[in-house]
Amino acid sequence: MMKRGIIWLIAVGLAASALAAGKKSIMLPPDNAMATLKDGPGVKVARANCVACHSTDYIVRQPPSSLEQWTAEVNKMRKVFGAPVNDADAKVIAAYLESAYGEPGKVAPAKRPSK
Amino acid sequence: MLSGSWAGSLLARASERSEDPLLAGRPLVHYPEKAGLILLTSRPPQLETPMRYFDRAITPNEAFFVRYHIFPIPTSVDLATWRLKVTGAVEHPLELSMDDLRGKFAPASVVAVNQCSGNGRGHFAPRVFGGQWSNGAMGNAEWTGVRMQDILKMAGLKAGAVEVTFNGLDEPAAPTVPDFVKSLGVERIMKDPDVLVAHKMNGEALPMLNGFPARLVVPGWYSTYWVKNLFEITVLERAFDGFWMKTAYRIPDTPCGCVEPGTQPARTVPINKMNVRSFIASPADGATVRAGRVTLLKGIAFDEGSGIRKVEVSTNGGHGWQPAELGRDLGRYSFREWSARWTPAKAGRYQLLVRAVSNRGESQATEPLWNPGGYLRNVIEHVEVRAV
Repeated sequence: MMKRGIIWLIAVGLAASALAAGKKSIMLPPDNAMATLKDGPGVKVARANCVACHSTDYIVRQPPSSLEQWTAEVNKMRKVFGAPVNDADAKVIAAYLESAYGEPGKVAPAKRPSK
Repeated sequence: MLSGSWAGSLLARASERSEDPLLAGRPLVHYPEKAGLILLTSRPPQLETPMRYFDRAITPNEAFFVRYHIFPIPTSVDLATWRLKVTGAVEHPLELSMDDLRGKFAPASVVAVNQCSGNGRGHFAPRVFGGQWSNGAMGNAEWTGVRMQDILKMAGLKAGAVEVTFNGLDEPAAPTVPDFVKSLGVERIMKDPDVLVAHKMNGEALPMLNGFPARLVVPGWYSTYWVKNLFEITVLERAFDGFWMKTAYRIPDTPCGCVEPGTQPARTVPINKMNVRSFIASPADGATVRAGRVTLLKGIAFDEGSGIRKVEVSTNGGHGWQPAELGRDLGRYSFREWSARWTPAKAGRYQLLVRAVSNRGESQATEPLWNPGGYLRNVIEHVEVRAV
């Protein structure tokens, strides 16, 4: 049972390493299966375009953001990193991200020491 | 390729209780050569160190945090064929094997903090995009290897040499993705004997995920420069303008490296020196302690390399401060252990804070600084505990 505030230990069976005679080899575990994208309109377009370069936790761990902020982030992927996303798909993806991971117009309060 | 007795199955069990809501839902995972670390991202991997490891100066290799920028990352290196190439504006291009690094140069060591530029970014307010670290993207180790300046002397710098680039075995997923390459000025390297090409970490070969077989060590500077799994060093006769120097990792060109929250700086410079920080590792945030009994507060402090002058703690939310005792000095670039004895007078909730002042007089503030990149966080840190 997942409880907020408790970090669970997940032993990843595929993680391993070997060192023999000056050669080191490791096997990386698969992408975090618990960080999948939330369902919603456009999620399939997002999945099709985003996971080629990075796992979905790069998306789901981001702060809740507005449509403007998500649009800028999608455009950064296209312009800076060369993600081959056309204009139509970029709009769909940004709208999906705002609907699934959005908090339009809100600024997170700072965690301040006690008064 | 399974070694030793390590064989896992998908198991979930409670390992650490943290009050940090930022970490809720982030599993503790075992990556190759690593103890349980907090998973931020899988591919490329970003793993942070649980705060309990920061009750002592040296971070064990298996607990050291991991951060890569691009994928694929190297997963297999054979020292029989690996070479460290040194090319560009040099008289004698080199191809150094590990045997060459170990045999042809005087050994050098430094105990130095390696901290991600964005350590603590997840705590920014307002929040910013990027790696949403809590405070565990840092570690301290003894790094052993060869002085970078000795390698450049062996290669012989040409008269016009101004910068040196460092390239690791991690690769872009597509040709449009900028390769992760960083640069340092020739002048800095030739003046600083502590910039190393390290092949040992705490006396052992580097874990693959921390840079096997060799990485750059740039004491006092954020770890973006500490390029891992090095294979190519290139001397340039002009300033390097690669993405990860020219566009990424830039901070406001202001004395604090900060701007008004939510605004953009007029000018930026590449991130460089670390600012002074201190942390409480014990008791943990959310822990329970005994009223009327002595509790030992422990943690570490560090800065860019002037060393720590003093550490103070508050056990009443910052209204009063008392000095902490400093531990052994392992060198100016190292974590400095501190401790303080505290007896909670009565049961109840307490907020414990820690602050440090460096030897050059830098101190920490109650209000965090802000910049759009989420860099340079160094606010006074606190934990909340309950005395019963």
